[in-house]
Amino acid sequence: MILLLLILIPLLTGLLTFLSKNAAKNIALVSSFITLALAAYVSANIGGANVQAWSCQWIPAIGAQLSVAADGMAAMLCLLTGIIFPVVLLINRNKEIENQASYYALILLSQAGLMGVFLAADALLFYFFWELALIPVYFLCSRWGGERRIAVTFKFFVYTFVGSLMMLAGLIYLSMQNTGANSMSIASIITVGKSLPGVQQQIIFWLLFIAFAIKMPIFPFHTWQPDAYEQAPTQVTIILSALMVKMGLYAVLRWLIPVLPYATAYWANTVMTLAIIGIVYASLIAMVQSNIKRLIAYSSIAHMGLMCAAAFAGNDLSHHGLLVQMFNHGINITGMWVIVNMVESRYGTLDLKKMGGLATTAPAIAIALVVIAFANIALPLTNGFVGEFMLFSGIFQGASQYHVIFMVIAGLGVILGAIYTLNMVQSVAYGENNSGAAIVSKMSGAEYAAIAIIIALIIVLGIFPQPLLDLVLL
Amino acid sequence: MKAIIAATIFGVIMMYAGFAVKEKKSIVAIATILLLLLLGVNIWEYKTVVPNAPSLFNFQLRVDSFTIWFELLMTACSLLYVLLIGKDIAKVGKHVGEYFALIFFILVGTYLLASFNNMLIMFIGIELISIPQYILAGSDKRNLKSSEASLKYFLMGAFSTGILLMGITLIYGATGTFNISNFNFLQTEHINPLVLTGLLFLIISFSFKVSAAPMHFWTPDVYDGSPTPFTAFMATVGKAAAFIAFLRLFHTSFGAISGSWMMVLAIITAATLLIGNITAIFQQSVKRMLAYSSIAQAGFMLFAVVSVNAIAWQGIVVYSVAYTIATLGMFAVLLKLKDYTFDGFNGLAKKDPLLAGVTTVFIFSLAGIPLTAGFMAKYYMLQALVMQGKLMGLVIFALLMAAVSAYYYFKVIIAMYFKQGEAELNPDYTTSDRVLLVVTAILVILLGIVPQLLLPAAV
Repeated sequence: MILLLLILIPLLTGLLTFLSKNAAKNIALVSSFITLALAAYVSANIGGANVQAWSCQWIPAIGAQLSVAADGMAAMLCLLTGIIFPVVLLINRNKEIENQASYYALILLSQAGLMGVFLAADALLFYFFWELALIPVYFLCSRWGGERRIAVTFKFFVYTFVGSLMMLAGLIYLSMQNTGANSMSIASIITVGKSLPGVQQQIIFWLLFIAFAIKMPIFPFHTWQPDAYEQAPTQVTIILSALMVKMGLYAVLRWLIPVLPYATAYWANTVMTLAIIGIVYASLIAMVQSNIKRLIAYSSIAHMGLMCAAAFAGNDLSHHGLLVQMFNHGINITGMWVIVNMVESRYGTLDLKKMGGLATTAPAIAIALVVIAFANIALPLTNGFVGEFMLFSGIFQGASQYHVIFMVIAGLGVILGAIYTLNMVQSVAYGENNSGAAIVSKMSGAEYAAIAIIIALIIVLGIFPQPLLDLVLL
Repeated sequence: MKAIIAATIFGVIMMYAGFAVKEKKSIVAIATILLLLLLGVNIWEYKTVVPNAPSLFNFQLRVDSFTIWFELLMTACSLLYVLLIGKDIAKVGKHVGEYFALIFFILVGTYLLASFNNMLIMFIGIELISIPQYILAGSDKRNLKSSEASLKYFLMGAFSTGILLMGITLIYGATGTFNISNFNFLQTEHINPLVLTGLLFLIISFSFKVSAAPMHFWTPDVYDGSPTPFTAFMATVGKAAAFIAFLRLFHTSFGAISGSWMMVLAIITAATLLIGNITAIFQQSVKRMLAYSSIAQAGFMLFAVVSVNAIAWQGIVVYSVAYTIATLGMFAVLLKLKDYTFDGFNGLAKKDPLLAGVTTVFIFSLAGIPLTAGFMAKYYMLQALVMQGKLMGLVIFALLMAAVSAYYYFKVIIAMYFKQGEAELNPDYTTSDRVLLVVTAILVILLGIVPQLLLPAAV
């Protein structure tokens, strides 16, 4: 029942927020902290008697149940969702947002959708939440985004909608193979999927994988992503890049690899090749970006490519590294966007050439930027290092005959990553202040709080990652 | 049977109500009360249905719980229609009583089409839903477009009825019976060419009635030209009636030889989806867009006929009702606005957030977004076709087309929420309209969560 609360609290407070006027900001913040506390409780007690799966009949005729369950991976992602949303709501506290009741309500609804995706143990319910997470984000980006927001968000919407319909066809096909009760439950889907003959597995594999690849996004399905990240309001970009892309990875780990083991093994090399092309391709493009949001967007494609490659490497080490890295990437990229948001609100620009001098004008922000940038390029003693180290060892020991090549090329991505990230740090933090902004205000209390959460997690998990490993391996 | 008699009597009452009662509002009220009574009769009939009852009139009509359930739902949809749009029906012209009489006669036709067991009864049913629709299309007599719509619909419709009769005749010639459950061509390996020709004629004629490509061309002009309140009825209950007949005829009588016609119908389905969705993209008027979208939705409903299995029957019920409710809602919203183009929706969210909110729910349902009835409807249809298993390509194609449909449906949402403008509302938009629209929207969401409410307990 407590798992249900993780979905219901953001859902109900979200609906409540629609009706509120000026209190929206605070209702949302309080709600997000309550959800965080619950998520922390769930993560601490996972496997215990208090955190049990819950289910009831929904549409018996098509074998669907309302059923939620959590294992270590789901709990970890719920915890990540729980941590990110307060951070999202802490930044921009002072900014005037038009029609803020709807804005914050939609943010909370997207949280409900995300929690649902991570907890759903029934294919139809999973599909419901998959879409429920998308719709609020569609409205958020189209209403409060940048200049080209409508066209860009629509492209994003159509991409993911096509993907989810493909997934729906695949899931229906899988559920139809079981004529018994509860044919939509994950247990049934896995049993049925495993026993499918090869050709069917391969067809279903692509139906599902395209949906997940669009969400992650994996080259060549990534073209919606840089535009969407750039045009979305930064708070929504955080939700998109830290959490919604994890929906794709999570879906691969939960609804694809265990369900279709034969097709996964058969297509692993193809998928890994796509993912690794994506790493190099995105890194190269990131190097020439002058818009800071686009730069981080491309760097995110590179990171997701690495994680996707690890998911298909097919051994335990890469799998565990992936789980750890999913959490860490969420934290780090959120940190990057928080900094971008602060820089944007102070300098009034996203153009790297017009920034500079942050180290002298606002040293605290500059220090935070450096720490987060180090975590982003996975320097030792930051959280990024642990995960990425495991990922690379995993890919290196992978089952594929090309494992060395994959590992080497992916490693190239890390070097490129260091180049563009440090370049960015340099042009933002050092040199002359080119922005024309005379006064650069210090961080507000709320911003301090947001940054403190991020940096504390970066350093603690960098030095002592064991609790995270313990959680995800449950 | 009781409902057929009751609906006929109520239709006659409505005809005379036009003489006796001058006040338009009272006529609408009488129609609402009669529809409520009719719904009561439906429920009574449903409660007292005898399982495995002998068919009526020497196997002319089949009365089982599914049939009566479908009739009940169609009456409920008509009631919703009169509640949502009744006020606007009264504004179309002088002869309000007659409009409602025609609607009752269409319902009689719908009942016959849901329960026929004989092709002649089916023919009477088809005529009973068609002729009143020709009249309704032309009911705005001063309007040239309305007259054009009526004439066009009548000429084309009469032609397609002729083809239908020809098909029936050929099938009769081959089988020697009109009784659809008695055809005895089933045993033979070699199907009589007369049957095949007859089947082709039947498919052509029914494609016309359900506005499937390539017989869809009348739909946009007729839907656009007809008075909007009647377009709403033609596009919903009228279409559902034609579909249940299509399904009943092809499953009951030709299901066993489905191999001979399935491919033809699959191609028609794909063409309908393609033409309906692609053409809808280019429309400037929301009313015309809804006409094309009704073609596109017919493509999805054809899945039921193509699949030939038990889920198809559930699917057609869920789809008919889900599509009817959302479309009625959209037309009710349209009638509240002065300008039917997409630009007419600009800035509606600011002007009237509630109206924009319910419109969003209806649009989501038409586009098939989860948590709405429209999604569950599409789900049942996809499930039926996946279960049939021979046409996976059509499934994928339909899904791509569903994604295309999101494009034109979302244009309404973009206009309402993200564009600046002054959407103009009609002045007679009252609180009761709001309440009804909100109730309809809640119904759409409720059916999106528990679609089994739409299915009879037995199925």
